[in-house]
Order: sequence, then structure tokens, then C-alpha cells
Amino acid sequence: MSRIQTTLDALKAKGRKALIPYVTAGFPYPDITPALMHAMVAAGADVIELGVPFSDPSADGPVIQAAGDRALAAGIGLVQVLAMVREFRQRDAHTPVVLMGYANPVECYDLRHGTGSTGSAFVRDAAAAGVDGVLIVDYPPEECQDFAAALRAASMDLIFLLAPTSTPSRMDEVGRLATGYVYYVSLKGVTGSGALDVAAVQQAVPRIRAHVTVPVGVGFGIRDAASAQAVGQVADAVVIGSKIIQLIDGQPRDQVAPTAAAFLREIRAALDAIQAA
Amino acid sequence: MSNASLPDARGHFGRYGGAFISETLTYAIQELTEAYARYQHDPEFLAEFEDELAHYVGRPSPIYHAARTSREIGGAQIYLKREDLNHTGAHKINNVIGQAMLAKRMGKPRIIAETGAGQHGVATATICARYGLECIVYMGSEDVKRQSPNVYRMNLLGATVVPVESGSKTLKDALNEAMRDWVANVDNTFYIIGTVAGPHPYPMMVRDFQSVIGQECLVQMPEFLQGGQPDAVVACVGGGSNAMGIFHPYIPHEKTRLIGVEAAGQGLDSGKHAASIQRGEPGVLHGNRTYVLQDENGQITETHSVSAGLDYPGVGPEHAYLADIGRAEYVGITDDEALAAFHHLCRHEGIIPALESSHAMAHAMKLAKTMRPDQSILVNLSGRGDKDIGTVADLSGADFYERPSMRGLVLKGAKPTASDASQGGAA
Repeated sequence: MSRIQTTLDALKAKGRKALIPYVTAGFPYPDITPALMHAMVAAGADVIELGVPFSDPSADGPVIQAAGDRALAAGIGLVQVLAMVREFRQRDAHTPVVLMGYANPVECYDLRHGTGSTGSAFVRDAAAAGVDGVLIVDYPPEECQDFAAALRAASMDLIFLLAPTSTPSRMDEVGRLATGYVYYVSLKGVTGSGALDVAAVQQAVPRIRAHVTVPVGVGFGIRDAASAQAVGQVADAVVIGSKIIQLIDGQPRDQVAPTAAAFLREIRAALDAIQAA
Repeated sequence: MSNASLPDARGHFGRYGGAFISETLTYAIQELTEAYARYQHDPEFLAEFEDELAHYVGRPSPIYHAARTSREIGGAQIYLKREDLNHTGAHKINNVIGQAMLAKRMGKPRIIAETGAGQHGVATATICARYGLECIVYMGSEDVKRQSPNVYRMNLLGATVVPVESGSKTLKDALNEAMRDWVANVDNTFYIIGTVAGPHPYPMMVRDFQSVIGQECLVQMPEFLQGGQPDAVVACVGGGSNAMGIFHPYIPHEKTRLIGVEAAGQGLDSGKHAASIQRGEPGVLHGNRTYVLQDENGQITETHSVSAGLDYPGVGPEHAYLADIGRAEYVGITDDEALAAFHHLCRHEGIIPALESSHAMAHAMKLAKTMRPDQSILVNLSGRGDKDIGTVADLSGADFYERPSMRGLVLKGAKPTASDASQGGAA
């Protein structure tokens, strides 16, 4: 059983909602990520999504694209991201880490470091570094059979996105392959865009549950305690990315972790209040 | 030859192609795939497409024997497929009409497109004007500067041009931005991709619409060649739509060499080029697996070409496949070689070609010298060069293109204003 599943099952048993912050690896300072991850865990994060910078992040909005560009300019690639996870693991053996990114850096990693099929070298090295799950934005179920098999063999989870436009048959398809959790993109648009339609999310999540057995996380557009709480009413997990990036952007080095932690504590409290209510 | 029947049902050309898209685009792609499958062989759709090509575009485009050039070079006979004579001045219009017809049938009133050189943007704006569709064109801000006449043409046609400031500010970034728009507006928006790249079904669909070029050539060339077909077909390759359009019907004609000409920029080993097949590696970009120019971390690298239309770090997946199986060859032509061919065509044949097409012409002129006068090369002259004369003028140090209005000076007959005077114009 994967670390993600263990974590989410334990939370569910206690009636608690999972808090999943996203940060771009190497942002805003190339060496700050492991410390930032520890601070987020201390503030109540249950799973961490670590963004692997990519030059052409076509599903991300301007905030996450700019963060990725900054990390890229500092020389952060997949090799460096795996090193960050290794460093994080030295002091945290429990908190699941999910890498989120695009297909090309992964395939390039295999090309440079591997000998076999798609995903082999990357999965081997990611598993060794302590990565628990992977979300590749541009790997739909049809295009990632080999990758999914390699992940399964390494007991790592393959996280998929679902969108407001996903059809029931699509949800079935994703449900068959998804492990760990599925990530419901709460709005039509890129990361960080638009206003969250809470009512629509509250209708969508039960529909997804009819087709998907793994826990359902909701992200895109969650910016504060109120929206997190509203989404947490129906979802198993709440994913927050662009807002954290915005908050830590431009902070002096010693304020990055405290800033993220303070924000996450508010979200944590809001999510925990769901249970209390 | 079986490879002419590719892609497979999921859009794969061997290991290339496919639909590497985020879940948010899946519905839009499925909807498009179904619509295209429905109309692809529909007689009424095809009849309308042909009618549009004949009466609006002006097809078939002629083939012209560049006899003077061929004589001077002293080798093979060079023939030009005159796609530059199409309405709006390039092959791009063929595909845009097909996709806009689909958009109408799918009930999508809003069209988005991305453009590098602006030819695809102009073609899209043109058809949107004619069909009464809203038109948004994403264009890298570098390309907006390089191709300002085309930006103005799009404006005249009623399109909104959105300059894209992210990344390298060129075509690949415009593509990313268009995809983002599509994700956010899939309900009412049709994305008209201008080349044989992107997720399935685009590479197949764009190829199909552009194949009219090669199909015409198959009929036209025998009139010049005593019933034969050319020894070589040469076309420039950025994304590769004009090349795919002329190559595809020739794939089963194995005696005809197919040669794609990539932008070698300042040289294939200079790091400043756009030669994805010759210097790239397999990867995933913009929804398909193909050859891409990337660094050791899998980041897409910036490209360089004197021609905005070739300045793209990927290539259509079918080209990647044809390269791997050896059915097509891919070569590089530098900026300087392309410019020399541009000037040659201007002065010797009275044709001002697009800088893209000048790459193909430059290679044909090299190749001709190695062949006999009874052999023949067919060059796809994919577009006319009006849009590029500013670039050429700049590179030649010519000043004529600085219109008075661009210098902030008053036009003849207009009254000078205070701000004009303060700019110190010396007209």
C-alpha cells in the first residue's frame, strides 16, 4: 500500500480532510524547497505536490509559469528536483510527495539516464528518492500505459486530473488507472484562473465518486480558508497552488517558509472546522 | 505503401503523434475527432471544400517552370508549385477553410489561432471575416514586431491579435497561450491549428486539407514531364504543413525523393537554428510526440530563423516518422542561403518568395547542380514574400520601409501636430 493511500485512509478514518499544497521546486530560491516542505508539513500539509519546472507549461496560468521560469533560470531540472526529495526524506519518512509536471522532462530523463522503456529510469530514480506519486499533466490514460505499468511495479501512484468537461465514460477510464487520488480541476481554465464556482464543485464531486474509487482532491481556484472549507465539504482533499506561489514570491529568504506556513495553518483550521461542525 | 494510410486510430505515426493533452482538453479533442470523422468523407462537405478552394482561393495553383534559373544553374529543371498565388498569399488558406467549415458545422462561433509569420493568422482572419466568426489570434510579441504588416492585415480583417509575452515570445509560446484559451472557452471556441502538429486529429486533419497541393501536382507534373513525376519534391519544414501537403500524395511514388528543408539559421552546429529533425530528439510538445529541440533537462530550447514561419522547436509527427523510415530526407539551409535564394528569385524569375519558401528554393538550387538537365525538382513555393520585405530591408540596410507614419512623422497633406514637431521629423 502506498504512502499516499495510507495517509488518505488514515485521515478519512478520522473524518479529516487532506490538505495538499503545491509549490514549484526551486522557487523562489533554488535551495529553499526542502525547508519549505518541512514547514508546510508542520503547518498541516498532508501530501505535498512538488511542481517540476517545464519551459512550456500549457495547462498552467501565468503565476505558476513565472515560478517555473524562475526555477529554470536557476538551473532546476528533474535531476535537481529528485535531489530535493531525497533531502526532504532525510528528516521526513511519512509525508507523501507527488511530483507534478509535464511529459517531456520525464521522457528526456529516461533518454539520458535509462536503457529501457518509457518511465523506467525516471520511475527507478524517483522511487529511490522517496517520491510517492506522479501527476503528468499531458499524459492522458491513452498515452501512458507503459509509464503506468512502471509506476505500479515500483508501488508508486499515478494521479490523474478530471475536469468539468470529463464525460462519465472518461471518468470510468480514469478510475480504472488512477491510484492515490484523482485531482478534480474545479474550473475550465488554467491554474490560478477564474473564480471558483463552489456550487458546481459540490455537484461534480459526487458524480465523480460514482466512477472513481480513489479519494477525490479538488484544486484550481482555491485561494483562501472560505473556499477551501466550501470545497472540503465534499472533497477528500483540497489542493492549493497558485495562491501559495503568489504569497512566497518576492519574500526574503527567511520569510518564505513562515509565510507559507501561516497561510496553510489558516486553511488547516478551516478544514478541521468541517469535522467539528 | 502502407505508411500513407497512417495515422492509426489514436493518431500515431509509428512512435510519433498521439494526443498528449491535459484532461481539460480531452473533451474538446474528442468532440473535434468525432466531427472530423463525420465530415472527412462526407460528399457534401468535400464538395463545399472544393468549391471554396476553386472560387475563393483560386485553385488549382499553377506550376511554373523556372527555366531561366534552371539554365543558369546548369542542372536539373526546377519547377515551382505556386502556392504563393493563393488568396492571402500562402498555402495556409487551404487548411483554414477546411477547419472553419468544421467550426461552422460544430456551432462554434469563436475562433482562436496562433501564428508565427502571420500567414496562418491572416488566413484565419480572412475566413472568419467571410463566415462571420469572431477571431482571436495569438502571436509571440517578437513575431508581432517582425511581421507588423500581417498584424495590420489581421486588424483590417476584424481579428484581435494578442501579443504573447511569455517564453521566447515566438510561435511556441503563442501555441501555449492558444491552448490555454481553448481550455477556458471550449464550449464556444474552435482552435484552428495552422500546421501538422498538435494533438491528434490535427496532424492528420491539416495534412488532409493541405494534400490538395500534392494531388494537383500529381496531375500537373506529367504535363511538363512527358507523363512522368519529378525526381525530387522539395519543401520547407517548420511545423511542416506545406511540406506534408505536397509530400503526402507522393509517398507511394517511391521514385520521387521527398526532401524537407529545415531552418539551419546561423548553422546546424551554431545552436541558433530551428532544425528539429536534424538536431532534436524525440519528446512531447504541444500535444504530440515528435522530434523537439531540447536541452539536457528536457526543456524546450529557443530557436532561431530569419523566417518567423520556420522558427518552431518541434515538427509535425508525420515528418518525424517519414524521417525515421527514410521515406523523406531532411536537410538544413542557413539564413544567408535562404536570403540569397530570395534575392535570386526576385531578380531572375520576377517572384518575391516568402523567406520560408526561400529555404526550399535554396536547397533546390544546390541540388539541381548535382543532377542532369533531363531530371526535375519540384519546389513548393508555399507563400509570397510581401510579409518579409521589412525583414529583408532591415537585413540589407534599406531604409524605404520606414513609412512616414512609422517614424511618427506626418503624412503628405496632413497637418503637423505639436507631438510630430517635438519628434524632430526631417521629412
